[in-house]
Amino acid sequence: MKMKNLLAIALIFFVFAATGRTIKSISADNDSKNINITGAGATFPMPFYNQLIADYSSKTGKLVTYGGIGSGGGIRSLKDKVVDFGATDAYLTDAQAAELPAPIVHIPTCLGAVVIAYNLPGVATLKLKNEVLAKIFMGEITKWNDNQIKAENPGVKFPDLNISVIYRSDGSGTTFIFSDYMSKISEKWAKEIGTGKTLKWPVGMSAKGNPGVAGTIQQTVGAFGYIGSEYAFSAKIPFVKLQNKAGNFIEPSVASVSAAAQGDIPADTRVMLTNSSDPKAYPISAFTWIILYKEQNYNGRSLQQAEETLKFLDWLIGSDAQAVAQKVDYAPLPDKAVMLAKKILKSVTYNGAPVLK
Amino acid sequence: MKSEKITKLVLVIASVVILLIFAGMAYSMIKGAIPAFKEFGLFRFILSTEWDPTEGKESYGAMPFIAGTVITSLLALIICFPLAFSTSLFIAEYFRKTKIATVLSTLVDLLAGVPSIVYGLWGFYTLRPLIAELGYAGQGYGIFTSGLILAIMIIPYATSISNEIISMVPNELKEAAYSLGATRMEVIFSVILPNARSGLVAGYILALGRALGETMAVTMLIGNANIIPKGLFSPGNTMASVIANQFGEADGIKLSALIAIGLLLFAVTAIVNFIGKIIIRKYA
Repeated sequence: MKMKNLLAIALIFFVFAATGRTIKSISADNDSKNINITGAGATFPMPFYNQLIADYSSKTGKLVTYGGIGSGGGIRSLKDKVVDFGATDAYLTDAQAAELPAPIVHIPTCLGAVVIAYNLPGVATLKLKNEVLAKIFMGEITKWNDNQIKAENPGVKFPDLNISVIYRSDGSGTTFIFSDYMSKISEKWAKEIGTGKTLKWPVGMSAKGNPGVAGTIQQTVGAFGYIGSEYAFSAKIPFVKLQNKAGNFIEPSVASVSAAAQGDIPADTRVMLTNSSDPKAYPISAFTWIILYKEQNYNGRSLQQAEETLKFLDWLIGSDAQAVAQKVDYAPLPDKAVMLAKKILKSVTYNGAPVLK
Repeated sequence: MKSEKITKLVLVIASVVILLIFAGMAYSMIKGAIPAFKEFGLFRFILSTEWDPTEGKESYGAMPFIAGTVITSLLALIICFPLAFSTSLFIAEYFRKTKIATVLSTLVDLLAGVPSIVYGLWGFYTLRPLIAELGYAGQGYGIFTSGLILAIMIIPYATSISNEIISMVPNELKEAAYSLGATRMEVIFSVILPNARSGLVAGYILALGRALGETMAVTMLIGNANIIPKGLFSPGNTMASVIANQFGEADGIKLSALIAIGLLLFAVTAIVNFIGKIIIRKYA
């Protein structure tokens, strides 16, 4: 009997303790004046965002959290209205944007490159022509010592080794940028595989996320795959010099990626920069975007929340933050992209009135 | 008496909550899976080997993942069985109650507690290069390596349950057999095994169930290629692993297809358990 009494009391105590705590924490959130800005999406610019968020927090004391869950996840989080902003490497087409409950705007934040990384001990530099690149990814060239690879790289000794193509197992903006380029340089690719965040691959195997692919390439002799440039630079994985539209072999760098953005940019900034005709441009360069609702009064958000979100984004495209880009191996936005982005940010409203003055 | 009532009430509420959670899960999974079943047809979805996420010509079938799951899990069970069975005989019969058996059984229990991501890491950095070295599997990714890591992961489960079952065989029976002049081998095969059979089967089925649902370690080693595996050393993918890999970006019909795979995984596990129960009843 005594045991049962004790048990009952313990159970009741637990139940009350649990509910009591949640009630308390909810009210604490409402009381606090500290606004917490949350965003989620692409992993490709994540090292850049993480650095910026750390800087912003130490400068202003405001809390911003960013979850690298992939571009599609970022779009869905915004659709579900659980974040203040989403982040994506593939801009939303008009049809995709129409699936969201309200109009959104795209804010470009920086430029990045997708690099073709490989793991071949003893081979420090590698040049590949576009058609050879396509053939490897489509499984038509399977050996490292294939004559078509040798032809562009005289003097390099290639082992008799199978090429292990590594791709992304999850849907990804990186895959979108990469396949957008492949579709531009190979008709066969455009017809058989196409452009998308996930693809049906004829050969190879896959790993999750940019870090996953980078790790797999690093651990697999003979591996060949595509990753966001920052992941190759930081892990010191060697990457291929690609042939751009002008026919030059170009290494990805801040300068060669910036060169890709010298052309025209539309007013809503939705443009793919791959296969740029600039002779100095690295061919797989791309904007990455933050997306948010044009009308910020939704889901009972406060004006203050909207203001803080917009202030952060305004800072993100400003010169202080853009200067950070180079330090983490991204290219800063060109001036006209910054001007367009500022204009777009000013068009964001709360109850119809612009949030940023 | 009041506390008695309160206790009863709390217990009833707790059980109802469990029931509600189960019903809610079943409901939301079936609801989520229906669009995929409608689009592709239930049987075509299960049997189709096509997994094409390209926008505009999306087509999803579960067969590559069902095949991957079943093959890796059965492989794991085949590798696990001789090892786990011998170990449990060692612990629970041959060296029963000796120090070495206690140490061994503690180690086995410790292995059962290692999180699967740790097995995955070890598999990725140690086991895979070893297999690559053997030269069968190219870079060591694929069905075989996944089956091997699964086997290692389920050995502790199978062993610990077998230990319990074998040591539960009544001593009187064994002593009677010995007094009739039976050898140790005869005792094992004529007394222990027949008595422990259903329990042992149940143990291995439980282990198989764990192998079916295992995700992290497999994802790191199987190669995640969405095809029917072409052989023991070919890359492939499993049901749990494809869900873990792709749910983050999935929407629309693809998300529905992934939920449907989750539902099928649930069904496969249920079927395995059901078969296990039948076997147990038959031999008990």
